[in-house]
Amino acid sequence: MLTKRIIACLDVHDGRVVKGVQFVDIIDAGDPATQAARHARDGADEIVLLDITATHEGRATLLDTVRRTARELFVPFCVGGGIRTADDAAQVFEAGADKVSVNSAALADPMLIDAIGRSFGAQAVVVAIDARRDPEAADPVRDAQVYVQGGRKLAGRRVVEWAREAEERGAGEILLTSMNSDGMRTGFDCELTAAVSEAVGIPVIASGGAGTVDHFVDVFGRGRADAALAASIFHFGVSSARSLKEELAKAGVAVRLPC
Amino acid sequence: MRVTVIDYKAGNLTSVLKALRHLGAEVEVTDSDAALVECAERIVLPGVGHFAATERLDATGLTTAIRAAIGRGVPFLGICVGMQWLYAGSSEAPERLGLGHFAESCTRFPVCSEKVPHVGWNSLDVREGSQLLAEVERGEFVYFTHSYKAPVTADTAAITQYIEPFSAAVERDNVMGVQFHPEKSGATGLKILRNFLEWEREGAAC
Repeated sequence: MLTKRIIACLDVHDGRVVKGVQFVDIIDAGDPATQAARHARDGADEIVLLDITATHEGRATLLDTVRRTARELFVPFCVGGGIRTADDAAQVFEAGADKVSVNSAALADPMLIDAIGRSFGAQAVVVAIDARRDPEAADPVRDAQVYVQGGRKLAGRRVVEWAREAEERGAGEILLTSMNSDGMRTGFDCELTAAVSEAVGIPVIASGGAGTVDHFVDVFGRGRADAALAASIFHFGVSSARSLKEELAKAGVAVRLPC
Repeated sequence: MRVTVIDYKAGNLTSVLKALRHLGAEVEVTDSDAALVECAERIVLPGVGHFAATERLDATGLTTAIRAAIGRGVPFLGICVGMQWLYAGSSEAPERLGLGHFAESCTRFPVCSEKVPHVGWNSLDVREGSQLLAEVERGEFVYFTHSYKAPVTADTAAITQYIEPFSAAVERDNVMGVQFHPEKSGATGLKILRNFLEWEREGAAC
């Protein structure tokens, strides 16, 4: 049976894992290679490394981090942050990533999705969407808006429409982050996740808001997510992928239990 | 153990090479050296991407070299599209011929409410006697990402269920294929790659 994936996300800045609530109060949370290996050992189904440095000088550091992290990692490994061209993507793949996640660069130039997909296959392209409900709209979920620059700037696209376009252009998966819920630990935005998941035929990874096991049960059920991303709950050993999955299995969610 | 990995420019080889090296294999990569392939000790044909990319194997003469190597008894492992290529063909690129080592053809998952591609960790139902999947227990999970699949036949070494049952692994004598990505399937995947590397080769030297 196909299982629901639990994906461990590492936010990386200058080669170190960091954690902060909505990018403030950033705390050092360790070495990316060590953290990724630990999550994989604990049963995380996949590792996402998001580079939040995103400066030109930071690129070399990032590639080095990717190389070190990928070396002993034998689960799918996705890298995002600062990938603006197909050449950037190629470098990240060469360093050992299996997938890249693109966000604002794909909004600025949607052909980027086609280009990476053509060279590396759809399975290698994850389109990340930062979404915020539109409280002014008649239907805040259906009309939810895409944001860029860490949720500060409107992209001028509706979330569901952009997800559909990304799929048509050859994205293999959608990584949907609810800016409303991000870092709040009050649960995923299940309505928005379900709206996107029903609109596309490719897997949707839910992100933003994980705080308890019930939040995951909810997003896999009502939210129709194929995978869920967890960052803060895994750091500092608060909750491991293993304990999360054991709880999910008890709640009737199909998950891969590590041996 | 020496392994020849064939690069036919369909996606990324890094992960496969890394996993093989991690297991102690001495890896050589070629995209066109037919003599090297013909005299290989073991061959891995990776592949993520489109079935049409296998055209390059014919264009570079590697198809003929692979056929000769297989005929000599060289252990061969096809991964993902590399497995599908062992069949007669795939509806993904109907104009392209596969190796035809297995007589059937690959087809797309039928249209239904489930998502296609099939992405994620799914379980294996291993048939008894498989050497490639020795010591893999029924229900162990491996990582898949694909839209096309091979049918279940007498050569099927493991079945996986998604929308319908399909061949997750195929094996006849020295020719083996896996639809999933052993290089991305944690301890289970490494065990399968190790089985391949330790598969006792018979047959004539080159």
